[in-house]
Amino acid sequence: MNAAYWLPVIFAGLMGLAMLVYVVLDGFDLGVGLLLPLADDAGKDRMVASIGPFWDANETWLVLGAGLLLVAFPMAHGVVFGALYIPVLLMLVGLILRGVAFDFRVKARDPHRPWWNAIFALGSLLASLAQGVMLGRYLTGFAEGVLPWLFALLVGAGLSAAYALLGACWLIMKTDGPLQARAIGWARHSVAGAALAVLLVSGVTPLVNPAIAAKWFALPQLFLLLPLPLGTVALFALQLIILPRLARRQAVGNDRYCWLPFAATVGIVLLAFWGLAYSVFPQVVIGRMDIWQAASDPEALWIILWGALLVLPCIIAYTAFAYRVFWGKADSLSYQ
Amino acid sequence: MELDALTLARAQFGANISFHILFPSINIALAWVLLFFKLRYLRTGKQAWMDAYGFWVKIFALSFALGVVSGVTMSFQFGTNWPGYMQTVGNIAGPLLAYEILTAFFLEAGFLGIMLFGRPRVSERVHTFATLLVAFGNSLSAFWIIALNSWMQTPAGFVMKDGRAHVSDWLQVIFNPSMPYRLTHMLLASGLTVAFLLAGLSAYRQLKGDRSAGNGAALKTGVRLAALLIPLQILVGDAHGLNTMEHQPAKLAAIEGVWHTERGAPLLLFALPNADTQRNDYAVGIPYLASMIIKHDPDGEIRGLNEFAQHPPVAKVFWSFRVMVGVGVLMLLTAWFGAWQLRRDRPAARLDRRLLCWLVGMTFAGWVATLAGWYVTEIGRQPWLVTGVLTTAQAAGQATTSMVAGSLLTYLALYAGLLLAYVSVLFHLAKKAAGQADAAVVLQEVQA
Repeated sequence: MNAAYWLPVIFAGLMGLAMLVYVVLDGFDLGVGLLLPLADDAGKDRMVASIGPFWDANETWLVLGAGLLLVAFPMAHGVVFGALYIPVLLMLVGLILRGVAFDFRVKARDPHRPWWNAIFALGSLLASLAQGVMLGRYLTGFAEGVLPWLFALLVGAGLSAAYALLGACWLIMKTDGPLQARAIGWARHSVAGAALAVLLVSGVTPLVNPAIAAKWFALPQLFLLLPLPLGTVALFALQLIILPRLARRQAVGNDRYCWLPFAATVGIVLLAFWGLAYSVFPQVVIGRMDIWQAASDPEALWIILWGALLVLPCIIAYTAFAYRVFWGKADSLSYQ
Repeated sequence: MELDALTLARAQFGANISFHILFPSINIALAWVLLFFKLRYLRTGKQAWMDAYGFWVKIFALSFALGVVSGVTMSFQFGTNWPGYMQTVGNIAGPLLAYEILTAFFLEAGFLGIMLFGRPRVSERVHTFATLLVAFGNSLSAFWIIALNSWMQTPAGFVMKDGRAHVSDWLQVIFNPSMPYRLTHMLLASGLTVAFLLAGLSAYRQLKGDRSAGNGAALKTGVRLAALLIPLQILVGDAHGLNTMEHQPAKLAAIEGVWHTERGAPLLLFALPNADTQRNDYAVGIPYLASMIIKHDPDGEIRGLNEFAQHPPVAKVFWSFRVMVGVGVLMLLTAWFGAWQLRRDRPAARLDRRLLCWLVGMTFAGWVATLAGWYVTEIGRQPWLVTGVLTTAQAAGQATTSMVAGSLLTYLALYAGLLLAYVSVLFHLAKKAAGQADAAVVLQEVQA
């Protein structure tokens, strides 16, 4: 048990944390982008206003995740992003388009606004699909062939559904009135898609990857792992119960517990992520490279670790502060 | 020239980083200018300063968004385009990049929301503090990136073991020989970029009939900032050149177009460096001036390219340098003439129409000079990626030519579209603000 053993483990954990925070945070704002075409003009402005103060910082977690892979596991960074060259390109194009559309739509000439709205939604869709495809390709160890690619595309659709659910639940929490009522409807539709996605990934991953199957379906791990699928099922059941009730109460102007669907969705993401992390660890490129083979020299990892330990608590604190400043229902944004 | 994978990878990385640098070079200084506007407002209580803040913070938000998305792109391309880079110098580049993300990138993005939209929700003090932190984060970001880039130019504080660089002294790594010069040069370049952007867009608003005090304040700030920074930049640029002569003489020889070591070298104003004949065609120069500038002695000796086994492509470096200096001279003349026109608090509203048009033309002069300067220093480092340690060719990846060509074309199309949209939205915002200011004045007159 020496530094060369522990440091890569710690960095795998930090990288996982960055990716998880990214999926939750950018997940809801990508989801809001996906849902944008469904709203009327006033609703669109309000939706964008609800994510306005956050999206820049949310995307920074992706830079941290990709950055940690680069600096802590440089051998894996080249292999992973080399194999994912095209989906990464599409994701970046999507993120670029939606990021700039977000700012251009309020500043451009009025006749151009519908175009920027469309670019915002399309960019969000492209980024969500591409991230799902990246996950799908990664889980099959970049296997070639029709079936692995089909699987990757399905994961793409599934992740988009999950992001839409996150986005809808975010809007339930952050808005009121007609938009909130519509968001409850969107959430009810996307729950099914997200559940299907989780089911698909959990069911197919062990099938396409025997090593992962062996990690799950053996005693006594199976019993220790059972809380993961059971908890996920329970949270989905909770969604199915609370969303209709929330819709009824919201109609008479009472939106108590409007935060519950979002919390439940975050819970689902946490459990799913934990399941994936358990499946993959300690590999970093499935079937090819583990974290110790891919890691940087301990001397570099130590330096980064000290910085991370010092700075991450501050980042978490001021991120929480920013969310608290914009707590409650979103109002229209003005630069003043 | 044959388009091999290396050339394509360099073109792609060059396109990405050129596009990216446009926006940090605005944001670094614009954040401080916004803080200045905010502090002036708090000090004087004049709404004009807050109006200036309100207009320019929109441009900051837009530039920041473009900087973020193009920065995300960069973080994916280090590994895909240059796998050999991290393998060889990962112990140095890794921590520096990680510190940039952890200490700076998060700081600016974290407080941006409060700076842009938080004023109705937080106290004036917290809002000012958020603006300060965003400005500080932007500059800190520049600090780490310039430290890494300078280390690649003039590496120090490390030893090579088994083909990998190992740090022996972090202070020497960070504060390597060219770092203080490059950092100051870049921060001043950002200040000048923003000064001319301020002056140019405000002049445009004035031409469109905007006589508001907020716009006048921004115009004056821009012209005076430029007049203040340009002489500093020339001094720092000269010091940076001397530093280059000491640590990267081959780059300096390319800048001056000195093929063979010579004494009393002329300062070439125009020439077509010819790599085949190792001479300059159609050279026009001022005798002894290059030796005078670099050695501070008319008979000083400048080492020529013939003394280096490997040297950068001469024409690109030679011409990029002349573009940078040429734009710098235009900046000097413009800024000092403008500042003289605005002397002793003469109102900006009385500026001559021709000067205003000229300022509009110079709006993006900072971009041209900054890009040209980066081409000098980056192409001037070739064929090395890390001087004396790793060549660019050694670091290149295995991505297939067609894939890189496809992604390069995608990026180029995207960036061209975005740049067009950015510039036109900037002028659209200026025009809209001018229209509103004009309407407000008319309303006041009607009411009176």
